[in-house]
Order: sequence, then structure tokens, then C-alpha cells
Amino acid sequence: MSDVTIKKVLFEPVFSNNPIALQILGICSALAVTTSMQLSMVMGLAVCAVTGLSSMAISIIRAQIPSSIRIIVQMTIIASLVIVVDQILQAFAYELSKKLSVFVGLIITNCIVMGRAEAFAMQNKPFISFLDGVGNGLGYMVLMLVVAFFRELLGAGKLFGFEIFSTINDGGWYVPNGLLLLPPSAFFIIGLFIWTLRGWKKDQVEPVDYKISSHSIKEAF
Amino acid sequence: MSNKETTSKTLLVAFLLCLVCSIVVASSVILLKPIQEKNKALNLKANILAAAGLLVDNATESEIETAFSAIKPLLVNLDTGEYVSAEEVGAKSALDYDQRKASKDIALSEKIPSRLDIASIKRRVKYSKVYIVEENNATKTIILPVSGYGLWSTLHGFLALESDANTVVGLGFYEHAETPGLGGEVDNPRWKAIWPGKKVFDLEASDQPILKLVKGSVDKSSSSAAYQVDGLSGATITSRGVTNLVQYWTGKQGFQAYLKRLRKGV
Repeated sequence: MSDVTIKKVLFEPVFSNNPIALQILGICSALAVTTSMQLSMVMGLAVCAVTGLSSMAISIIRAQIPSSIRIIVQMTIIASLVIVVDQILQAFAYELSKKLSVFVGLIITNCIVMGRAEAFAMQNKPFISFLDGVGNGLGYMVLMLVVAFFRELLGAGKLFGFEIFSTINDGGWYVPNGLLLLPPSAFFIIGLFIWTLRGWKKDQVEPVDYKISSHSIKEAF
Repeated sequence: MSNKETTSKTLLVAFLLCLVCSIVVASSVILLKPIQEKNKALNLKANILAAAGLLVDNATESEIETAFSAIKPLLVNLDTGEYVSAEEVGAKSALDYDQRKASKDIALSEKIPSRLDIASIKRRVKYSKVYIVEENNATKTIILPVSGYGLWSTLHGFLALESDANTVVGLGFYEHAETPGLGGEVDNPRWKAIWPGKKVFDLEASDQPILKLVKGSVDKSSSSAAYQVDGLSGATITSRGVTNLVQYWTGKQGFQAYLKRLRKGV
């Protein structure tokens, strides 16, 4: 980890090393809260804040953490920060926190946060760890926003709650695609996103693990 | 740094960490609690006003408070339909009475036999809050709290009726977790706009509520059109849940006795 520069830790996770698209972490909340742009934005910001601050806190005390309890220590710090973020949302963005409901709490189990704490913050200085956390949060947010863009636009005909296509329910012409409002649709969009990303950045294509050999036994026929 | 791996160091780190984290969490909860409570109370008031059609668009906090001051919260005994005082149910004022807490309290509620529990709410409170809007000393609107199970969640909301205790003024939900875009369309203003003017009872035929949601659109020429509301497309079970909760709360287990008394003009 000799070549950690500010720019690199902050922007590399957005496309080159996206936590969702390349590392396939944090999928569950990406399925759940991407029904609207606004929710994804708030969720992305919440994750940014938690990954950034938890990485920083863990980095500050990294020399003191006994390795036998390091995972528990990381979890405790992350969980405390998530509760604080949840409380702040309930106080200052009540409507949104109602919609995000349990998913803010579930940031605790978001693998991205813990992954960065264990992989980066345990070995690096506080400031750069903070930026690394924020960068990974940004990577998460970008993907959330892309998924939410398609889901909200095609599923509800809106973006950030503003009407783009007027739907049949509101007396317009657009028949919304109900599937896009249900969690499985995010799988399709994330899949297509990964495909596009790997078409653009060829180095992300993984080598084939094994090759299926052709069928050669014929006695069954 | 081998000394950080000793048992005593491990315990010390764990203890200090827990102490710091609990202070952070506890202080954030305590500091933000007043704001959160205020948000919740305001949200509830805004929803009561919205059901009665008294909420202006983008109302500010003070507008909500002013509009809400015209509304009178009262407590009703569901069995007799009579008003009871707040002291009788052990609350400081009618507004303070926590109906959801009461529905879990054995002294203030009873189990509903499953045959009658069409709204799947399990326990029935003995006393319920109602909100009355008065104009020139006469009741103008009655706002009833309603709740019932949809597809994923219990929907909590308000049903507002005119002084005839039959014609709907509005229905709105302030808390639910139905699928956004499908069952979540219970919040769609265009759908809510269908409700005003609908009737809960056909009083000449029976005193049982017959208002319900139908699949697709209501046939406007049919004689029962006044007792039917368009169902939510793609949300059969949420629609059924809304029908059930409206019929439950206006039925025998719900406010029927109270509504009867109102119609008699007591």
C-alpha cells in the first residue's frame, strides 16, 4: 500500500474498483432502497458518512486493537455510528427516514463498511482512511443512483419525485413497469451495469475459472 | 507491539470502547429525542388534517398547529358509543391517550375472536380516540383512527366522515410499508380524491358497512357505485386490506355504536 494518494483512494472506488460492481458487496440494500432517486441519495450519503467516520475511528486506534477482538471492535464502532446516523435522519429528515425504515440500521451489516475497515483502515493513517471510506461510499452511491434512475423512471415515471412520464394512474399515457419497483429488478440493472463497466474497463474482466467440457458419453442414447 | 495481545489489554480495550460508544449513542438519542417526538406529533396532526381535507399544500409547522387547534380530540367507548373522559382511561388528556399502547394493555383491550378480526389487528381497544371538527357549534366532520393489515404491514390512518356519520370526507394513511408504486399507491392523491362523497352504509337496507374497493374501476351507472371505490391496480391484497379495515372500523367491532348515536343526534 505504498501508492495511496488522496485522489486515488477517493475516486478509484467509483468506477475502477466499485465496491458493488467489482467486489459485489452491499447488494442487499442496493436492491431494497433503489426505488427512488431521493432515497438512494440519502442512503448513499449515510453510507458515505458511516464508512468514512468508521474507517477514521478504527484507523486512529488501530495500534491499540488486539487482533483477537478486532472484528468485534470494528463492529461496535460501525454499529454506534449507524445508530447516530439513524437518529439524525429521524430528527432532521423524518419523511425520508420513515421510508428508509430498517435499511439505515442495516448499514451495520453492509459488507462495504466492514471490508474497508479490515482491508484499509487497519493499515493506514486516519485521514487517508477517512477518504478511502468516503470514496467507497461514493462508489456505492453512484451505483445506487444509476439503479434508482432506471427503476424510478421506468417504474414510476418520475425522477427525484418529479414527474417525467405522466402515468396512467395520474391520467397520462405511460404504463409503469411494476417489476421495476420490486427488488429483483435491481439484479437486472446491476448486472447490466457490471456488463457495461467491464466492457469499458477490460481489466475488470475476471479470468474464466473453469471450462465446461463437451458432452462425450454417448451410451445413454 | 506484542504487549497489546495480553488478556488484560484486550479487556481494557473492549471496556473503553464500549464506554465511549455507549456515551456517543446515548447522547445522540437523548439530544435528538425532542426533535424526533415533535416530528412524529406534527406528522400525526398533518395526517388528521389531511383526512378531513383541512390541510393546505406545503403547510408550515405553525399553519398545521393553528389548523389543528380547531379540532377537538375526544374519547369514545366503542361498546356503548358514549364519550368518556380522559381520567376514566387513565390519560392526562384525550390527546395524550396512546391508543396503540392501549391495544397491547390487557386492562384496556381484549382479544378479537379470529372470526371477527377481519382487519387482522388481533386486539381491540375498549376506548378509542376520535377527532371532531366543529363549525358554528355543530359537528362538521368526524375523524376516526383506523388500522388494519395490508400485504406487508399494518396500515394506520384516518377516515373522516361528514356529520351524517355516513358520507366519506377523506381517507389517508400516515404509516404503512406497502410496496412502493403498487400498494404504496394508497398515498396517491388522485386515488384519495375518489373517496370524498362515497357512503359507508346503505342505511335503508342495513346498518352494516358495505363500502368496499372493487377490482378495476367502479361502474358509475350501477346503483351501488356510491358504496364502491376503485381498487389499486397490481395491489389486490392491499386493496382487500383497505376494504377490511374500513368495514371493521365502521362495523360492530369498531365505531358502529358511536356512529349510530351520532346519527340519532345525541
